[in-house]
Amino acid sequence: MELLTHKTDAGPEIVVLHDPAAFTASFGWFVRTGSRDEQLDVAGVSHFLEHMVFKGTQRRTAEEVNRELDHLGAQSNAYTSEDSTVFYASVLPECQDRAVDLLTDLMQPLLREEDFETERQVILEEIAMYDDQPPYGAFERATELFFGEHPLSTRVLGTTESVSDMFVAQMQEYHRARYTKENMFLVASGKIDFGKLVDDVSSATAHWPATPAARRPKVPNYGSGELSIERESTHQHYAVQLWPGVGCNALERYALRLLCSVLADEGGSRLFWELIDTGKAETATLWPQFFDECGCIVGYLCCAPEDAEENEASLRQVIDTALRDGITRKEIDLARNKIASSLILSDERPSNRLFALGQSWMNRRNYEPLDVVLGRFAAVTADDILQVAEHTLRRPSATVRVVGTEE
Amino acid sequence: MDQRLLRHQFDNGLVLLGEHMPWLRSSAFSFLLPAGTCFEPMGLDGLSGMCSEMVQRGAGGLDSRQFLERLDELGVERSSSITTSHSSFSCAMPTEVLATVLGLYSDIVRRPHLPEDQLPDARQLCLQELRALDDEPSHRCFSELKKFRYPLPFGRISQGSKQGLEAIDMPSLNSFFEQNYKPAGCILAVAGNFNWEHLCEVVEQQLGDWRGPELLGMPVLHSNYGSMHVDHATNQTHLALAYDCASYESSEYYEARALVGVLSDGMSSRLFSEVREKRGLVYSVFATCFSMAGQGSVMCYAGTTTNRAEETLQVLLETIHSLDDGITEDELARLKNRIKSSLVFEQESSAARSGQIASDWFYLGRVPDRDEVCARVDGLTCESLLKHFRENLPKNFSLVTVGSQSLELPEGVA
Repeated sequence: MELLTHKTDAGPEIVVLHDPAAFTASFGWFVRTGSRDEQLDVAGVSHFLEHMVFKGTQRRTAEEVNRELDHLGAQSNAYTSEDSTVFYASVLPECQDRAVDLLTDLMQPLLREEDFETERQVILEEIAMYDDQPPYGAFERATELFFGEHPLSTRVLGTTESVSDMFVAQMQEYHRARYTKENMFLVASGKIDFGKLVDDVSSATAHWPATPAARRPKVPNYGSGELSIERESTHQHYAVQLWPGVGCNALERYALRLLCSVLADEGGSRLFWELIDTGKAETATLWPQFFDECGCIVGYLCCAPEDAEENEASLRQVIDTALRDGITRKEIDLARNKIASSLILSDERPSNRLFALGQSWMNRRNYEPLDVVLGRFAAVTADDILQVAEHTLRRPSATVRVVGTEE
Repeated sequence: MDQRLLRHQFDNGLVLLGEHMPWLRSSAFSFLLPAGTCFEPMGLDGLSGMCSEMVQRGAGGLDSRQFLERLDELGVERSSSITTSHSSFSCAMPTEVLATVLGLYSDIVRRPHLPEDQLPDARQLCLQELRALDDEPSHRCFSELKKFRYPLPFGRISQGSKQGLEAIDMPSLNSFFEQNYKPAGCILAVAGNFNWEHLCEVVEQQLGDWRGPELLGMPVLHSNYGSMHVDHATNQTHLALAYDCASYESSEYYEARALVGVLSDGMSSRLFSEVREKRGLVYSVFATCFSMAGQGSVMCYAGTTTNRAEETLQVLLETIHSLDDGITEDELARLKNRIKSSLVFEQESSAARSGQIASDWFYLGRVPDRDEVCARVDGLTCESLLKHFRENLPKNFSLVTVGSQSLELPEGVA
């Protein structure tokens, strides 16, 4: 496997993990823009725009876009997060030219009023759908409580109000400002014709705007406290809890992942034995989230309402015990094995490598091969883990609970 | 790429299947036992799931905790699942530990401790999963459709029922284990970078002298039709609609599957464009083929805000019937490309391939290779699809809605 990169003033940066033996090729446009880059009056515009990208360009109608993707036999999709918007397609290597031409064309959508109105309905359905699903907006409320005034508190989907009130002109302006050569990467993995890729992308993007799209890092004042959402006839109790974490380029991130794995992995962690194996809770877990300048640990508990108090106390106790007594060598070894094996298995598919490469490039313009990453996990000591626990789980958290109003 | 199905039939009924994928670092297996929900005794709904949970609480020389730790040491990604026909265990792992992991799972199916003191915990865990379903209206919608369309024993869901789970005791659990964890009807499918001779030796050693009762026959399935509503306080109404189609075993399954592909595969499919793209009625809409006990059904889903549910159902039905206007060459070409490239994607995953091999063997008693699938797909024409549609017009509809307002099938749809 070989890492190949290309950057000139004329075009966006191209990053490729070439594997000549692969059966497939994956391509993605990684745009460094997400809900944290939105003004409050257009909350949800990044995600809405991600939908609108498929609604046609100068060269293709929406129907043609969809038909072409299916003609390519592509496994394709798109997603939006707090800090990125990603469009990707996995195809057979002989379809490279057509896939790259299509994906690149999509990045300059027409954004027509009529399509905007129809798609607005789809987004409102999506919001309604998530609002019907557990934990019923608790993640969003917890994020707002925790990040407060910080841009990371903006909801990725926006709200029914912000999406209903949005104008197409606002989206056009957002697109002009954020979808620029300086703010996008073309990432590819698998069996790639690199020379052809560079030529095709360079010529197709020559006319794109080159203005840098700034994102000002801002140190958050992490909020804490508790609040409840009332829901009619909710059967389970849900609690979402956020603690301060570390940023996506902090060296402590390896220790933090191991900490969360030891405490709260799906199988074989402390919370698993305490709450899941015993049938006391349906879910009890912790995971880290990494952003540019900061991060958080997310805790999620789902159980029967009558067990909620006791389970929350158990969760607290698992954390306190870890802070007091640390983590054993054996636990670290097991967690390391689990993480290593899941990274190795995931790395078998070029489509998975695409996301690892793209995310890493967006975060730090750098990519470390799997063996180096495994080495980083191997180097973490029990002290490192205890230290990162002190800086995160020792601090006050923000908690949102979903409480049922009916028996 | 040379593709060959390796097969070894053990005299106790177990079949071992293998497909070599030497370009991978991993191996994966799917282990299907004939211990699905349709073998649960009356009144003990959820017993297969609870038995699957209990056999994983210690086996052979290891207790529950030691067992999980051993799997983590070995770096095994694992899951277990319950269907109408099977209890199954699936694992993916670095290939060098395959033999060891097969040994551990042989202990699970042959020498579980079934610790009585953990029965209450296992029950609580299963009750949690059942409760979770109540809070997931889109999943619940499909569970209710299964219960409604397929009478007992076929309509049981993997999570069971509250009464069933509460009625399970150690004698019923032990008896289910003894009757259903047996080599007859077992399928062990392995895909990845392994040595076949060595694999056969390992399985012979671990499972060759395994004995158990005969495989039970399945009763005949008579489906149930009509409409049903489940009241649920939600923004959206969730629709699950089913109608008859050719089953996986049928010689015309490819035609039936292709018609569902025209409806639902990809962003240019008819349901996605008519229901979502043109009208913005839903975020999620799809159709899929489902086979059980020799009968096939197309199952469709749409979730929409309640005031637009009736229109959504109408557009859903119209789109299904639009197949009668014919299938275009372009639609068929797109479908063929999608199916063929998905076969290539499958070569990148030992887990996906082992699952497909096990499933093919169960339904067909053989495993079609890529060449055969491609030839069959290439042979599909717009004419053959239209002919199949007209000879097998959608009928025997079942509709289940979950939400705050009920819907009925329109006049003339049955």
